[in-house]
Amino acid sequence: MSGNHHDHLHTHDDHAPVGATEPRPEYARLERAVRELLIAKGVITADDVRKQIELMDSRTPAMGAKIVARAWVDPAFKTRLLKDAKAAAEEMGVDTSNSATVVALENTPARHHVVVCTLCSCYPKAILGVPPAWYKSSAYRARTVKEPRKVLAEFGTFLPEGVEIRVVDSTADMRYLVVPMRPAGTEGWNEDRLAALVGRDSMIGTALATTPA
Amino acid sequence: MSFAPGTRVTVRNDWPEAKGVKVHIRTPHFVRGKTGRIETLIGVFGDPEFLAVGRKDAPKRALYMVVFDRADLFPGTNARNETLTADLYENWLEPAP
Repeated sequence: MSGNHHDHLHTHDDHAPVGATEPRPEYARLERAVRELLIAKGVITADDVRKQIELMDSRTPAMGAKIVARAWVDPAFKTRLLKDAKAAAEEMGVDTSNSATVVALENTPARHHVVVCTLCSCYPKAILGVPPAWYKSSAYRARTVKEPRKVLAEFGTFLPEGVEIRVVDSTADMRYLVVPMRPAGTEGWNEDRLAALVGRDSMIGTALATTPA
Repeated sequence: MSFAPGTRVTVRNDWPEAKGVKVHIRTPHFVRGKTGRIETLIGVFGDPEFLAVGRKDAPKRALYMVVFDRADLFPGTNARNETLTADLYENWLEPAP
């Protein structure tokens, strides 16, 4: 981890690192058994399963980055995004018809949002695609609510104490998309250039948008 | 009961999991019995405690975003200027005393 602001000394032995989720072979067996039964009984076909996986893998954080970049340059679009993120995503060509309600949360100089699903792994898949493995790990889910600044620091994200950290636990029917702050030094940039600064983690809230060198 | 934004609410300190029946609860343990305030009414949705077990008679319930001070949720932790929101169904919320 990078850490020029990491000025306190402690060991990291007292908690699990935020990393890949632990393998659960029993769930893999259960999934296979249910899938094979559904196919054998003609409820779904193997091609349906394949197509769904292909569709899931076709969605990437690049779509979210385009939406954020549009919001940075177009205040009317940003207003629509913050009011109804699904409708705004549809405007940008994202199919959200099978998605739960999506809510966009704007980071400001006063408040930084970070999203977690403590109960499972709720994530705005229609816009960002499949969540990273660490998002589903029990370490991230448990620790983000208990020590968010420490978790952010492990991601290399250091925020002044004056900035409110708001942990958003995605417990029910909402999926949350963080709109990071537009970095300084990008005045006059077009949407494509801006979108390249918007990484996946900045839309989860574990990172900021990239500041141009 | 409906709650206006800013209303202080206490999450029911109820533990259906402990009653020995199979349940699906979307109210995290760490907010039960805790007091926060209504940020916004999100909408009205079928109760997941019914939907998760395939029941067709799931009542519609108002879902609220409730904001807590993190220091209230985890006393003793260093939680200055930190808040946490959870999305909670109306039947889990009571007006704060």
